[in-house]
Amino acid sequence: MILDRLIRRTLLGYVFVALGFVFVPIAISFIFSFNEGRFPILPIESFSTVWYEAIWNEAPVSRAFRFSIVIGLSVAAISTFIGFATAYTDFRYRFFGKNVYLALALLPPTIPVLILGLIMLMFLGRVSLVGEPHSVIFAHVVYCTPFAMALIRLRLSQMDPDLERAAWNLGATSWRAMRYVILPFTMPAIFAALFLTAAVSFDEFMIAFFVGGVTETLPVRVLNMMQGQVSPRINAVGSVVFAVSITLVILAQVFLLTRRGTSRVGAPV
Amino acid sequence: MAAAAEGVTAGAGRGRRVRPDGYALFWGLPLAVWQGVFFLAPLAFLVVMTFWSVKNFRLEADFDTVNWVKMWSKGYVVDTYLRTLGYGALAAAVCSLLAFPAAYALAFKVSPATRRLGVFLLITPFFTSYIVRVYSWQPVLSESGILNTVFAHLGFGPVAMLNTLFGTVIGYLTLCLPLVILLQLFSLANVDRSLIEAAHNLGCGRIRTVFLVIVPSAKVGLILAATFAFILCFGDFVSPVSLGGSKPPTLSILIVDTVKQGNHWPRAAVVALTMVVTLIVVAFTALYFAYGHGRARR
Repeated sequence: MILDRLIRRTLLGYVFVALGFVFVPIAISFIFSFNEGRFPILPIESFSTVWYEAIWNEAPVSRAFRFSIVIGLSVAAISTFIGFATAYTDFRYRFFGKNVYLALALLPPTIPVLILGLIMLMFLGRVSLVGEPHSVIFAHVVYCTPFAMALIRLRLSQMDPDLERAAWNLGATSWRAMRYVILPFTMPAIFAALFLTAAVSFDEFMIAFFVGGVTETLPVRVLNMMQGQVSPRINAVGSVVFAVSITLVILAQVFLLTRRGTSRVGAPV
Repeated sequence: MAAAAEGVTAGAGRGRRVRPDGYALFWGLPLAVWQGVFFLAPLAFLVVMTFWSVKNFRLEADFDTVNWVKMWSKGYVVDTYLRTLGYGALAAAVCSLLAFPAAYALAFKVSPATRRLGVFLLITPFFTSYIVRVYSWQPVLSESGILNTVFAHLGFGPVAMLNTLFGTVIGYLTLCLPLVILLQLFSLANVDRSLIEAAHNLGCGRIRTVFLVIVPSAKVGLILAATFAFILCFGDFVSPVSLGGSKPPTLSILIVDTVKQGNHWPRAAVVALTMVVTLIVVAFTALYFAYGHGRARR
């Protein structure tokens, strides 16, 4: 039994090391963003917010931040709507070519983002659709919709299809059944999808780099700053990007984890 | 989509064919239209682009296999292709091996509440700022960085870690380790516990149980996890550039260089299409091994 305990402790220690591998570098970068010295060398000199003040006053950074927010919100709204529509279509209908349809719904994230960015730049470039915030939105929706679709489809698969049929039998139209049965039931997943797609769009830098052109989002700014000199400003911008996206991802998970308590079928939305 | 919509049947496949009404089209069409215009069309255009030509730095619509011939007759392109395949396979292997003990611990050695916490802590970084997390490795791995400072105190070093294959692999792990642990964990959690107890009762040792009972039972998830690691790392651009120092290049770096130097889109398209086809082949091969001859379980 001592051996059992030893094995268990070793394995748990290993889990901590693995989580440390994931979180420690970002924590270090966060700490250095408050370090007054120019170079990320131990020991840390003195605490200061000078790099945050520097990026606050840096026009390209604040512009990129605004673009990222506008793009993230638009992408979240559009891809969650398309994701919901697709998940519902898969839930309710069977039709010829459904496998192809579902492949279209789920494949894009398995294509490397570099290639997605490249093909969209080639294609959208032909019709003069590159270099604007809406170009990034068009491209990001392709990439984000599968995540929204998957979350909402999982939620729908927990629902008894007879609930909707019961509503029809009681005289509800398809639209009313959608509003009073399907929507309330899927609402937690819809919110989770909104936050998750916003996070994925806010973080995505390769597609945005290609089709955005002069429209730099915040992670693209980080990518471009990385090509230049080492500067603690990158730590500061990076910490802001990290803080925003981790908040969005945590919110998405909170909505998923509390799904049981929030579903009240029949209540108007 | 028109052909697809014609055969719509309502009521979850009861077989009663109905004409697709406005309601069905309202929910069914947005995806088909959006992915058709912004995903399928660019993908089709990529194929077309590989046959175009560049004359005097200008793109011309053409049907010429010159790009394919030019690219694949160059030794360094073939080398880069094989190297990138190797990097992807290395990443899949290293990720899978390093992830397994963690996934195993979370699947079998902790309470459900701790497991949920672990899943939460792993999902979060997967969706969070890959580029920032890769960048934050630089001050850790660099010549005068944190690890080398520690090594100096211990009396050795400095060890070159940044701009080496080691650095690239650290980046790959940053990209996929959380996802691989999660996928392995989900498949391990579904292994029938009575199989493990039976193995123990029949006198099978711990290690043998892991390799002869647990791994084969969780085979599908383990293969899928490794495949995802391969897919993500095969196409990754950031790690080989900012932690591997771009030399020697991978296919992603080759694409960017081809576009930057000489604006040669069709040749970049050849590389990109090769990557897409390779990924499709790898994915289907993996699915075949995962599900195909799954009857032969020991």
